[in-house]
Amino acid sequence: MLKVSLYRYNPETDQEPYMQEVELDTGGKDLMVLDVLELLKGSDPSLAYRRSCREGVCGSDGMNINGKNGLACITPISEALKNGKGGNKLVLRPLPGLPVIRDLVIDMSLFYKQYEKIKPFLQNDTPAPAIERLQSPEEREKLDGLYECILCACCSTACPSFWWNPDRFIGPSGLLQAYRFLADSRDTATEERLSDLDDPFSVFRCHGIQNCVNVCPKGLNPTKAIGHIRNMLLSRAT
Amino acid sequence: MVSSVTNLGRSGLSDWLIQRVSGVVLLAYMLVVGFYLVCSGSEITYAQWSAYFDSTFMRVFSTAAVLSIVGHAWIGLWSVSTDYLTERMMGGRGTLLRLAFQAASAVVLFTYLVWGIQILWS
Repeated sequence: MLKVSLYRYNPETDQEPYMQEVELDTGGKDLMVLDVLELLKGSDPSLAYRRSCREGVCGSDGMNINGKNGLACITPISEALKNGKGGNKLVLRPLPGLPVIRDLVIDMSLFYKQYEKIKPFLQNDTPAPAIERLQSPEEREKLDGLYECILCACCSTACPSFWWNPDRFIGPSGLLQAYRFLADSRDTATEERLSDLDDPFSVFRCHGIQNCVNVCPKGLNPTKAIGHIRNMLLSRAT
Repeated sequence: MVSSVTNLGRSGLSDWLIQRVSGVVLLAYMLVVGFYLVCSGSEITYAQWSAYFDSTFMRVFSTAAVLSIVGHAWIGLWSVSTDYLTERMMGGRGTLLRLAFQAASAVVLFTYLVWGIQILWS
């Protein structure tokens, strides 16, 4: 039997959040954490969490699994228990630092607001060509490790700087995306993008502790992207 | 762009650069003074110590170190105050507490600066 500790909070009925202890027969299988949640929801339909693709692509089921942020659908129970926190018990909490709507569902408005700030779309002020704007293989290669972000928020909600200033610090996810457009040879708004980032909060609240790198379910490196942005700001201003 | 009027350099990049450069100056200063102390052994006298710091090189270097401490400390303390002493963390009292903390830090650091320069150059 697998012991599971679940964060529960229904603002309509609960005064405050609590941890619910349940046991589940997994039949000896090393299920994914999302499968565990699906089985639990079968016996308690009031359990709330987000999910969609169940294969690590949509980024809906980001949660704190035994102390480490990750996607429930691609985290096996065995890996979750290896995290160390919780012993042989699976401990599931919502992503930290953002308001909880219900159970494992968080309000991601501030996260999306930061994403919106970096203008996550190509800007090009030259006349549109008859065909696509072409890139050389080298130029396209610069986007590898950046475009794969699925906006699951695991990184930003693992970052203390984002916990303290979610309204002013763009956060690792948004900054990875910001660099994705700064590095794009087809984008001509580099100067405006950099001007928008040169304040004490947007980029420079990153102190390089690399929690983001540690938790990213896609294996991306936001700290490295932030370093590139810093270097671009430095070469522009000195 | 998030605006701020109390950070040292008025831009995130300048604060970041000042923090790094001042850190390097302080490291170099600690190594130079530490090396002198280790080489002098335990028999160092006040006269030797005073003569060491009387040289123009050490006066200029010490002044740079004092300026670095003040700049480094202000940027660090300002960051701490804008992380923890905020409306988000403490409600309406946040702004008042943050401003009070920043004012107190400024008074202490300004005192260190003037006092340090007075000691070094008088």
